[in-house]
Amino acid sequence: MKRLKRDIVVIGSGPAGLCAAIEAARSGAAVLLVDENAKIGGQLFKQIHKFFGSADHRAGVRGIDIGEQLLRQAEELAVEVWLNCEACGIFDEKTVWMVRDKEHSVAVEAQRIIIATGAVENSINFPGWTLPGVMGAGAAQTMINIHRVLPGHRVLMVGSGNVGVIVSYQLLQAGATVAAIVEAAPNLGGYGVHTAKVRRAGVPFYTSHTVKEARGNGHVERAVLVKLDSQWNQVPGSEFEVEVDTICIATGLTPAVELAFGSGCRPFNSPPLGGLVPVHDRMMKSSIDSIYIAGDVSGVEEASTAMEEGRIAGLSAAHSLGTITDQMFAERLEQLQHNVDALRSGMFGQKRREAKDAIVRSYGVER
Amino acid sequence: MSDENENRDMLICRCEEVTLGEILDAIDEGFVTVKDVKRATRAGMGLCQGRSCSRTIARIISERTGKSLEEVLPKSYRYPVRPEKMGAALSREGEDESNN
Repeated sequence: MKRLKRDIVVIGSGPAGLCAAIEAARSGAAVLLVDENAKIGGQLFKQIHKFFGSADHRAGVRGIDIGEQLLRQAEELAVEVWLNCEACGIFDEKTVWMVRDKEHSVAVEAQRIIIATGAVENSINFPGWTLPGVMGAGAAQTMINIHRVLPGHRVLMVGSGNVGVIVSYQLLQAGATVAAIVEAAPNLGGYGVHTAKVRRAGVPFYTSHTVKEARGNGHVERAVLVKLDSQWNQVPGSEFEVEVDTICIATGLTPAVELAFGSGCRPFNSPPLGGLVPVHDRMMKSSIDSIYIAGDVSGVEEASTAMEEGRIAGLSAAHSLGTITDQMFAERLEQLQHNVDALRSGMFGQKRREAKDAIVRSYGVER
Repeated sequence: MSDENENRDMLICRCEEVTLGEILDAIDEGFVTVKDVKRATRAGMGLCQGRSCSRTIARIISERTGKSLEEVLPKSYRYPVRPEKMGAALSREGEDESNN
């Protein structure tokens, strides 16, 4: 097979990949950005809410508007983009096998590869979980915010983290009723700003509860909820039914690590960041010198951290090819690392910062 | 997963239609990693290649055997990481593209 060559191939065009491509291109590298979807941007264009955080990170700007800004930057920098392009494998640490339009294969030899494949939603299993009407919260969000179709009229949200409460609010905005939000833990998981909006709208929250069963004839018609004790066991006799036609699952994400581990990147188990992730250093380099990672695949966080990590990966990959001076690299890296550290500070960020530090420490130890 | 016996018919791997009961039986026979369970039951061998169920299966094994998730989760993956037709794997893109 005749091979194409590029300085840097970025796999995945969500917040991390898009920012990685922009930063690398700005640093003078020839970048190819590929995504399996028909549109660029990953989950960014579904985020119609204002981002939370500090002004430096464009808090208060809606995800969709950040996406538009990034798209324009990528266009101005002439980043090459292939859509409907599935990265199927990485060989010899530098050749990316891709299938375009589900029709034909292309092999691109990249001096550096940046894996920004994101994460997939966790599923939970209960009798009836395969009934039509049970879906990931992300799927519901795609339906309302991209396709503008309501997935149902009465929704049960499982999980009170940011995804659960944000999608609940957007379902309300789209005209659905959110019958309840259940949370297995004794405490709510989402940021106060998002949780309070849903609470003010009158949505009942049930902490220490889970779904025991979904019932219905060919489609979800009811959910059976059950109380959990302090050991996470179901409390017999505490069951009650809620009438819903849709059950959205927002119980966390798992890093999409297939390509990274398939290519030989060394894994590290980080339960707070979603499970097994590729080990990486502060420059977002994996255990393989030619492969960088960024965003949720390197540990599930948020779009804002994914964007900063993407920039760090793009900058580092470009610098390793000699497209910018050491001084330019050091100055920009310091700025980006300051940004990402700021995002991991405070009561919400501390745990993620500690988890990330553990990954970076492991990189140094075993190298 | 507390009502194991009454939930034995519940599907865990939708692609290959493998039930909780089949997975528990495999674990009891000594298949105690996600890879082992896959070989024994085909769970995770379908279209999505375990993208949604492997984590669930890891949790079931962990609960049944007391092993940690890290011990039972797969750390290697096979290519292609997306389902592709053989035709797409064999057909190459046009020459003009290669001249870029």
